Amino acid sequence: MRRISFAEAINEALHQIIAKDDHVFLIGQGVTSPWYVGSTTVGLIDRFGPQRIIDTPTSENCITGAALGAALAGLHPIMCFPRMDFMYYAMDQIANHIANWHYMFGGQLSAPLTIWAIINRGGEQAAQHSQAIHAVFMHIPGVKIVAPSTPYDAKGLLVASVEEGNPVVYVDDRWLYQHEGEVPEEIYSVPIGKGIVRREGEDVTVVATSYMVYEAMMASERLDKEGISIEVVDLLSLKPLDESLLFTSVEKTRRLAVVDGGWKTCGVAAEISAKIAESDIFGSLKAPIIRVSLPDTPAPASSALEKVYYPNAERIILAIKKILEM
Amino acid sequence: MNEKERTSVALDVPSEILRKIYVTMLKIRVFEERVAELLLPPKKEIVTPCHLYIGQEAVATGVCFALKRDDYVFSTHRSHGHFIAKGGNLKALMAELYCKKTGCSRGKGGSMHVASSSLGLLGSSAIVGGTMPIAVGAALAFSMQNRDAVSVVFFGDGAASEGIFYESLNFASLKKLPVIFVCENNLYCTHLPVAACLADTNIYRKSESFAMSGIRVDGNDVIEVYKVAKKAVEDARSGKGPTLIECLTYRWRGHVGPYDDLDKGLRSREELDYWMSRCPIKMLEKDLIQHRIISESEKEQIRKAVSEEVEEAITFARESPYPNENNLLHDVFELK
Repeated sequence: MRRISFAEAINEALHQIIAKDDHVFLIGQGVTSPWYVGSTTVGLIDRFGPQRIIDTPTSENCITGAALGAALAGLHPIMCFPRMDFMYYAMDQIANHIANWHYMFGGQLSAPLTIWAIINRGGEQAAQHSQAIHAVFMHIPGVKIVAPSTPYDAKGLLVASVEEGNPVVYVDDRWLYQHEGEVPEEIYSVPIGKGIVRREGEDVTVVATSYMVYEAMMASERLDKEGISIEVVDLLSLKPLDESLLFTSVEKTRRLAVVDGGWKTCGVAAEISAKIAESDIFGSLKAPIIRVSLPDTPAPASSALEKVYYPNAERIILAIKKILEM
Repeated sequence: MNEKERTSVALDVPSEILRKIYVTMLKIRVFEERVAELLLPPKKEIVTPCHLYIGQEAVATGVCFALKRDDYVFSTHRSHGHFIAKGGNLKALMAELYCKKTGCSRGKGGSMHVASSSLGLLGSSAIVGGTMPIAVGAALAFSMQNRDAVSVVFFGDGAASEGIFYESLNFASLKKLPVIFVCENNLYCTHLPVAACLADTNIYRKSESFAMSGIRVDGNDVIEVYKVAKKAVEDARSGKGPTLIECLTYRWRGHVGPYDDLDKGLRSREELDYWMSRCPIKMLEKDLIQHRIISESEKEQIRKAVSEEVEEAITFARESPYPNENNLLHDVFELK
C-alpha cells in the first residue's frame, strides 16, 4: 500500500472530510499559514476558500465558543489549536460549555465538533510551548479524546471524530509528523473507543499513547533481542478507554508498564493503573505497576534538561527491567 | 425620556403587538413573583438557585418581539424572562425549577440552564459572559449558510468585565456577523455596584473600540427596547454587522433568591423605590390605557388569565415525577 507521512495523512483527511461534507469547516489560528501547523493544512485555503478555512485572531476562548455556536446551528467545526498550551485560554468554553451542553439541557441540544489539539514540544521551547495536557480533558465528562500514533490512525480517527456527533478532542503530537506508514487513499474511519495491540508478547504489557507508542515499540524491539517479550497496547482513544483490550492483555502478561507523554500525577498512566488496581486482575499481578511519564515539573528549555525530561525507549526499558526484577 | 416622547413612540407600534408585549411582560412578572414565594422557607418548594427577573421584563420582551422564531437567543443564569419572552411554555419552565422529569431540560439543568431548541433558545449559561462567543458562532454559521437569521445574546453588566466580552465583540465586528449583544445593565454585579467593577460604566461605548454600533436605551421602556432591537435586527439581517445594546434597568430582588437584600446594606430603600416607581409594566400599562389599546376591565381579565396559567404551571410541576435514578448517566453523549 501507499506510504505517506503522519502530517500528510492529517492533511489528506482534512481535504477529504471538507470536500465530502459541506457542514464541515476548519477554524483556528494559523490554519491558512504555510508553517503554523506544519504541513497539515497545505492546500486547504486554495481549495475551499476563506469561508470554510477560517484563520482567526488569537481569541482562543471566543473562537472555541464560536465553534460550539456554529455546531448548534447545524455545522461541524474543526477547531484547531496549533499548540496545546493555548487551550487553557479556552478551558471555559471546553469544560463549562461544550462538555456540558448536551447533558445540561436534558439531551435536547448537541455539540458535534472536533477540537484538534496539537502537542508541539522539544527544541528548547520551554514551559509554555511544550505541554501535553490531554489528561486534563480526560477528567471532564462530556468530551471524547483520541490520540493516534500512526499515519493510518491519524487519518481514520480524524474522520471518525468529525462523524462522531459529539465533542471530540483529537490529540496529535508533532514528533509524529514525519513518521511514514501505509494509508489507504480513500476516506475511512477508525472506531473511537477501540485500541489495538501493536505487538504481541508474553512477559510485560506496555500500554502507550500517541508518540509514546513509537518509543514503546523501539524498546520492545531492543528487549526482544535480550529474550524479553513485550506486548504493546496502543489505546488510540483515551476516552472512552478500550478496557477489554487493556484487561485482556494484562491478564495474559500479569505485568504492566504504562507509558504516556503527559505528567505523572493524575495523568493517563495514573488512570490506567487505577483501572487495573480496581479490577480482579490486580490480585494476579506478578509485580507492581510502573508509570513512565513526565516528571511533575514544567518543561525546561535547555536541551541538556529536555533529554532527561521526556520519556523515551531507554526509560521504558529500565522500567520493564525493574518490573521483571520485582 | 419624558412623557410626551414616550407617547409618540407608543403610537407607531401596532396595537396587536403592544397587547402581546403586555401579556408577555405580565407573564414574566406573575411567574417570577410566584417563584419568589415558592423559594421561601420553611417550605422551600423550589430549591434550585433562582435569579429573578422582576423589574427587567421590558428587556427580554422588547428584544424577543423583534425576533422571528428561527432567530437564536442565548441566555444567562437569570434565564426565566428570556425563556418566556421567546415563547417558552410555562409548565416546562416551572417543572424545570422543580427539577422534574417534565422540565424543559428534563430536570438536569435547573433554573440557570433552560433551553428550547424548537423555539430557538439554544441554551443559557451560569458562567458570566459564557454564551457570548456561542451566539457569535451561531451567527457565523448563519452567515456561512446564507440563512436569514440573527443571533442574540443576553448578558448582565457583570459580563462587561469579562475578557470574553471583548474577544466576542471583536470577532463579531471583524466578520460583520448577524449577532446582537444585549447588555442588561441592572446596576449590580452580584453585590457590587457597576461603578465598582468598570473603569468606564458606559458599556454601550465599548462598541466604539470594535468599530461597531452601540446604543444605550431605557431598559424599562419596552417600546424603546423593541424599536432599538428591531433596528439592530434589520441591520444584522442586511449584513451591516453586530450591535451592542445597553439596556439600563434594575432588578427588584437580590442577585439570587426571593429577597430584596435591603437589610444587607447592599443598596438603599430610596434607590429601590425610585426604580419601582419606574415599573416597566406600569409604564406600558399607562400608555396602553391612555391610547385605549386596552381597557381597565381587559387589564383585569389579562391579569386573571395570566395568573391562572401560572397556577396551572405550578400544579403541573408539583404533580410531575422526578427523573428516574437510572437517568443519571444518560445524555452525557449523544447516542448514534
